Amino acid sequence: MTDDKDVLRDVWFGRIPTCFTLYQDELTEREAEPYYLLLPRISYLTLVTDKVKKHFQKVMRTEDISEIWFEFEGIPLKWHYPIGLLFDLHASNTSLPWSITVHFKNFPAKDLLHCQSKDVIEAHFMSSVKEADALKHKSQVINEMQKKDHKQLWMGLQNDKFEQFWAINRKLMEVPPEDGGFRYIPFRIYQAINERPFIQKLFRPVANDGRPYTLGDLIREVCPAAVPAEDCTKD
Amino acid sequence: MEEGSDKQIGSSTNEEGNANADSQPDTAPAPVVSPSAEEPHSETKRKIDVLLKAVGDTPIMKTKKWTIERTRSVQGLMDFIKKFLKLDAAEQIFIYVNQSFAPSPDQEVGTLYECFGSDGKLVLHYCKSQAWG
Repeated sequence: MTDDKDVLRDVWFGRIPTCFTLYQDELTEREAEPYYLLLPRISYLTLVTDKVKKHFQKVMRTEDISEIWFEFEGIPLKWHYPIGLLFDLHASNTSLPWSITVHFKNFPAKDLLHCQSKDVIEAHFMSSVKEADALKHKSQVINEMQKKDHKQLWMGLQNDKFEQFWAINRKLMEVPPEDGGFRYIPFRIYQAINERPFIQKLFRPVANDGRPYTLGDLIREVCPAAVPAEDCTKD
Repeated sequence: MEEGSDKQIGSSTNEEGNANADSQPDTAPAPVVSPSAEEPHSETKRKIDVLLKAVGDTPIMKTKKWTIERTRSVQGLMDFIKKFLKLDAAEQIFIYVNQSFAPSPDQEVGTLYECFGSDGKLVLHYCKSQAWG
């Protein structure tokens, strides 16, 4: 499962060059310069933007600062979606660097979850990992791990340590040889045109006749509208 | 039905099964008791059965089995439980699937039902504090 180390590395180290600009109506004591950062695709906005926050807070008065949030072309960016997903969903057609607006006022609680501390991100991340393992192994692998393994997974993500993360994550990606695959494949399909959060269904990795399903099979099955008509018979 | 009658969650709908139900204002009638067996087929497709169980010292709900629209979010369900238990706005409710993970608040209960439901219902545990890491 973890033979494709180069691919895992490339996915892990995927970065999006980003330019953060303070929202024009925020009150500052002097001009706020934009701030540039390479954002890791697999991380979360509120996990990797401490420097952005500090940078803008330097030019602001404490009383003008409340919970930070991010916006792209009028869309509040959900911190609990991975950064790469946010970019692909909302900004894949824009030129780089990705231009994100930073707000410290009028938190849109209708659209965004609050994120007052890193603990909230950790809880969200661990829940996603647990949900995925419930689908892959009926939660057996995650439940057999110790608290410190869970911590290592999280610290690996938080500190951008590929080896540290994968030392634990490989267990979550293992399949007993006699089983031929995960019980179900954990996946979510997000669509920019769809108001609903995402599509998630039970999907087995192997067909009844033993043929392994492809990504194309999955999309045709759960999201046929996303398949262009002429592609229906291919791959 | 051993747990008494099922109840519908969603006081803002008129429960007539029309597609505009969601946009009805709050003047619609209060939740109607509707045993799931008597629901017409289209209703059962649009709604799911959820069993709500309290954890620890969190107050229990007299009615445990509820019928909920698939598109309702976990947040919507949390708000409902808070209102039902008359909790302070500042108090939190955590919801767990399989006594293991907390689904994200914007997730739809219909998705959880499809992936983690069994015997025609989705079992959710709720708690005033974090129960499972």
